[in-house]
Amino acid sequence: MDVKVKTDDLSAKETAFNDSIKDGKVIEPKDWMPEKYRKQLLRMMSQHAHSEVVGMLPEGNWITRAPSLARKAILIAKVQDEAGHGLYIYSAAETLGMDRSEMVDQLLSGKAKYSSIFNYPTLTWADIGAIGWLVDGAAIVNQTVLAKCSYGPYSRAMLRICREENFHNKQGYQILAFLMRGTKEQKEMAQDAMNRWWWPSLMMFGPSDKDSPNSADLLKWKVKLYTNDDLRQRFIDRTVEQAEAIGLKVPDDKLKWNEETRHYDFGEINWEEFFQVINGNGPCNKLRLKQRNDAHSNGQWVREAAKAYAEKRKAN
Amino acid sequence: MTELNTALIEYCLRIADNSLIHAQRIADWTGHGPILEEDIAMSNVSLDLIGQARGFYTYASQLEGNGKSEDFYAFHRGERDFRNRLMVEQPDLKDFGFTMMKLFLNGCFDYLFFRDLMKSNDETISGLAAKSIKEVTYHVRHAGDWVVRLGDGTEESHQRIQKSLNELWPFTNELFEQNEVDELLIQNGAAFNKKELKAEWEAMVNEIITKATLKIPSDSTYFYSGGINGVHSEHLGFLLAEMQYLPRMYPDAIW
Repeated sequence: MDVKVKTDDLSAKETAFNDSIKDGKVIEPKDWMPEKYRKQLLRMMSQHAHSEVVGMLPEGNWITRAPSLARKAILIAKVQDEAGHGLYIYSAAETLGMDRSEMVDQLLSGKAKYSSIFNYPTLTWADIGAIGWLVDGAAIVNQTVLAKCSYGPYSRAMLRICREENFHNKQGYQILAFLMRGTKEQKEMAQDAMNRWWWPSLMMFGPSDKDSPNSADLLKWKVKLYTNDDLRQRFIDRTVEQAEAIGLKVPDDKLKWNEETRHYDFGEINWEEFFQVINGNGPCNKLRLKQRNDAHSNGQWVREAAKAYAEKRKAN
Repeated sequence: MTELNTALIEYCLRIADNSLIHAQRIADWTGHGPILEEDIAMSNVSLDLIGQARGFYTYASQLEGNGKSEDFYAFHRGERDFRNRLMVEQPDLKDFGFTMMKLFLNGCFDYLFFRDLMKSNDETISGLAAKSIKEVTYHVRHAGDWVVRLGDGTEESHQRIQKSLNELWPFTNELFEQNEVDELLIQNGAAFNKKELKAEWEAMVNEIITKATLKIPSDSTYFYSGGINGVHSEHLGFLLAEMQYLPRMYPDAIW
């Protein structure tokens, strides 16, 4: 009897929760929320934070080789921003009841995922442009929408982060714009980066909706406001013209403006490649995890010392 | 070009080279720090140092008056042209204690150095020094805090940071090295005698080293030198090869 009352009670709470989301209410950490909502959000937010931190690696790869002092300073500041985003989103995710250290452990053990894009290598300087323009550009499309999501701490984090990502996006585009009005080799470098990063950038929006297992719940709860395919289309529509403006060719023979839909039609994404990469078989999955694990274990003695020192101070 | 002008250019390049080479080493930590907060802090330090380098390169270029850019000095000079101290070019090898000790020992000196240089009769130099000292004050505090934490932390951290101090100590005498360039600028009121900073520097360093329960190595009689004459350790060549490769490979390109 008691059990039945509790079940009814819970479902009444859940109904009220769903209704309040429908009415556009923002959920705050102390509000009641269904366990599934909490878990899905925690999964998304921790993955997002991990992506910021792992994303520091491919770009950090070019800091010591940036071709001018101004570019070096901009790149350091940009990668530093990503570290800040990581911190910020970890903090926001902690409001859902998991410590940052536990989330980091999940990343290091390979249990938690991060954006598949960072499992591709940065081979030339132009790749730094491509990441800023395409990868951060795709992130902006995602995050602008997330800034209106139903969970308060996440939506506020996104508002702030989007401002910085817009700057990153412009600096990436500017790198490529400079290359495209440079020497023959620079132009080739830029086009080569475009060829390698375009399709993985489209994959950043995740699988097509029919293959996206969590989409329905997330849409219902307004954690997601649009489908993966909607956002991908939005990214393509805004990016193609930017490419053309600086003379870059989008590496897709099927890409064509469709007067009827008022969108670009585009070719088939290689989902086989996407699933290979998210399952750990991309060109840099092992390297990225090793780099994060190395940084963590190399820093172990430092963290232990800081803790021991703080405890000694407390004792005195 | 007057002798004084040539000396001023040389002097600016020394300061800028110290900052740039040090920045390059610290920037290599980006994404690999022991905690995310420290990653962010090291990026800040590196950005400060790059900013200092750019300021002094730009002034050197104005003094030379031949249209060379800051990037010319950073990317198109060779091993024997760089005038930085040997300490800053030493590889950090992802040893956080080594990086903090290096930043601390250099920072203490730079703090005193810029404090004096703020009184230079060359307005640009005194202005650049005034900007730099604010940043260096933070570097010393930040690195000094870590030296204390690591020195007085665990047994392991104590041993590791002591080892870093032992390894870096033989590079510290070079901080006070000077030659005829300094002498000319001192006479003219544009620069000051670095040797006079030694006692104060030792006091600053000792205070933190003692607090960190560490010991200044007593047996070091050998000190490295050579930076102001462009005679470096073997590490600088590799650092420059990495840093300069793109502008060297594509000399006509604009980035």
